[in-house]
Amino acid sequence: MRISRRILAGLATASLAVTATSCGGGGTSGSFDDTVTVGILHSLSGTMAISESTLVDTEKMAIEEINAAGGVTVGGKSYKIEYIVEDGASDWPTFAEKSKKLIDQDGVPVVFGGWTSASRKAMLPVYESKDAFLYYPIQYEAQECSNNIFYTGATPNQQSEPATDFMYNRSPAAGGDFFLVGSDYVFPRTSNTITKAQVAQLGGKVVGEDYLPLGNTEVAPIISKIKKALPDGGIIINTLNGDQNVAFFKQIQDAGITPSTGYYVMNYSIAEEEISTIGPEFLEGHFGAWNYMMSIDTPASKKFAASFKARWGADRVVADPQESAYNMVYLWKQAVEDAGTFDDNAVREALVGQTFDAPQGPVEVMPNHHLSQTVRIGEINAEGGFTILEETGVVLPQAWNQKHPSSKGFACDWTDPSKGEKYKL
Amino acid sequence: MELLLDSLFNGVAIGSVLLVAALGLAIVFGLMGVINLAHGELMMLGAYTTYVTQLIFKLPLLKPFYNSYIIVSIFLAFIVSGVVGILLEKTIIRKLYGSPLETLLATWGVSLILQQFVRSVPLAYGTGLVISLIIGLFLPTTFPSKIKESINFKYYKFSSWIFAALTGVLTGSVISSSVSKLSRASARNVDVTAPSWMRGQIEIIGTAFPKTRLMIIVITLISVIAITLFLNQSAWGMRIRAVTQNRQMSDCLGISTEKVDIITFGIGSGLAGVAGVAVSLLGSVGPNVGGNYIVGCFMVVVLGGVGNLLGTVLASFGIGIMTDLIGAGRLLSIWPDMPLPLSNTINFFATTSMARVMIFALIVIFLQFKPTGLFPQKGRMVEN
Repeated sequence: MRISRRILAGLATASLAVTATSCGGGGTSGSFDDTVTVGILHSLSGTMAISESTLVDTEKMAIEEINAAGGVTVGGKSYKIEYIVEDGASDWPTFAEKSKKLIDQDGVPVVFGGWTSASRKAMLPVYESKDAFLYYPIQYEAQECSNNIFYTGATPNQQSEPATDFMYNRSPAAGGDFFLVGSDYVFPRTSNTITKAQVAQLGGKVVGEDYLPLGNTEVAPIISKIKKALPDGGIIINTLNGDQNVAFFKQIQDAGITPSTGYYVMNYSIAEEEISTIGPEFLEGHFGAWNYMMSIDTPASKKFAASFKARWGADRVVADPQESAYNMVYLWKQAVEDAGTFDDNAVREALVGQTFDAPQGPVEVMPNHHLSQTVRIGEINAEGGFTILEETGVVLPQAWNQKHPSSKGFACDWTDPSKGEKYKL
Repeated sequence: MELLLDSLFNGVAIGSVLLVAALGLAIVFGLMGVINLAHGELMMLGAYTTYVTQLIFKLPLLKPFYNSYIIVSIFLAFIVSGVVGILLEKTIIRKLYGSPLETLLATWGVSLILQQFVRSVPLAYGTGLVISLIIGLFLPTTFPSKIKESINFKYYKFSSWIFAALTGVLTGSVISSSVSKLSRASARNVDVTAPSWMRGQIEIIGTAFPKTRLMIIVITLISVIAITLFLNQSAWGMRIRAVTQNRQMSDCLGISTEKVDIITFGIGSGLAGVAGVAVSLLGSVGPNVGGNYIVGCFMVVVLGGVGNLLGTVLASFGIGIMTDLIGAGRLLSIWPDMPLPLSNTINFFATTSMARVMIFALIVIFLQFKPTGLFPQKGRMVEN
């Protein structure tokens, strides 16, 4: 009995100590005039939690950095940013529901959130009907342009198009035939439609494509098709999702489909985080295309990686989606300061044209609510990073893809009321 | 010839993954009639066992034997999944024999618990817990019969459980302190890397075959042969068959049906563990890995005819060969100048998603004509 009481006393002291330190952390709020609460909405449970939690970490870090530098200054008053984190639970209707909660109940001026296109499509009507704002940080298939969403990830012409061009013209398999592999859902299918149109323009040939149902890891039939369609090597464009990549790369390596036998895989969904899960020994020599890569050798990039490691642990890595998430918090802060108010519509106007010296290099918000970005092609190396092979200049975003048959000749411009979501060029 | 060989090999390779996964279920569902939805999660435990074994063999002490870790993990996975299966039988399933709906719901609950377990418990302590279970369940059975029959046996049993718990905690903390990757809980998928002698290809009669696929075929063959011999040649196998054919009569004749149930379920679960090792060689290992196979497993067992191992074997190879034939569009290469409408149809189904649809459709049609599967059970059991 005495022992248990002592343990209890110990626990009480420990919890007091914790309370004391957390009070110490919050103590700096005295130097701000007011606070503003923003919403963060990603999956913290379910299948997407692994990926999306890295974005929550990055957004928290960006907010902490802004607060440490004096917060947001609006109308001569300094505001400390506070956040409410909601869990989308990898369930698309939940994303819509939690968005409503953040907008109506918590009254946040902005929500940073989403990863999958399905979650974005579920949230879109909520933001449009309530005229609220969502910032969405993931590279996606585009073919969408909402007045109430800002997209800070790459559109296909900022990722897959330069990558296809590189593979066909300058990669070790240049001039070879293409085989397209993807998971069976909207992003790979849309992305591959664009790739097929582009390959035809370049004068190349797509000799096969196949889609693996989500959750399926039996790659044997795809391997026989690749071997049949590309007997002497060629280019494989891979848009498989998450864990399916592990199965794919393990099995193609065992089947002798490797860079040393002339097969080069270009990946659109494999960043530093995924390389460490799959294992660099399976990926070495294959390629990836992103706007941000951890190996970019600039002070801004190094600082971003270093502060993330300092905040969340030395074994953590940063990748492209995280960089987009980081940028969007800063872009919002700048726009609010320029607008001089947290009011949605004023911030929307102020946001277009904002520039930011991002870890990837300078980015600018364009009238179609997407960012101009730099595209990089990298070769995966044995250390689990990318060796950057080429870097484009700044590429402007196309919300409506110019190679996809359904959107060719259309564009989006929210600064001009006569143009709007989709107008003919 | 090369084409035929390649196609046959692919079919057998796909089929053997299905077979090794379904073999345990063929016993648990086929022979015992238990609808075990946690079968996939028992596979998952086998896959995680492979992962843990791999990391432990990377420790300096065991490093020289690293290349053999995969063989060791086959046995360990059998024991781990088998013991968890025995626990499951003793605590839940035993109370639910004869009520399939309740069994289905209960085992589905267990599958969710097991998934959450590997997500939120550090694998080092999970290993410790499993070691406690193994010792706690098996130590009392090794006591001399004098103690077993004594009135104080429950105290001996109790003290062996305490010993088991202590050993478990000890090994858990030793592993946790020596392998940092196992000391934290993580929902992240992990990866099993085959030892170097199992990677790459091997050339047989002019065709190159992936070594991991051959390994899976070998594991499957050995499992099938071992289980057939066990069921048909051993005394316990005879008892199992007797109980599945007529439980009451076997009971009257002095067979301990309780023991038979435990052993049957334990073996079925253990085989799921072995399947986990095989599956871990193909893809990544995560909490959901079992869920991807469970539907396929039931499909194979039902198609083969419940309660018949040969049916399960033929059904899995049949599905495997069909998957390859349809999914890879093989017919086109066998008969290149077939009429256009036919070749278009074949091309339409020659994708992985459509092949799956096609195979399900074919199975549904087949079961319309033969609802009891390829080899229906005959005799007294059918009437029950």
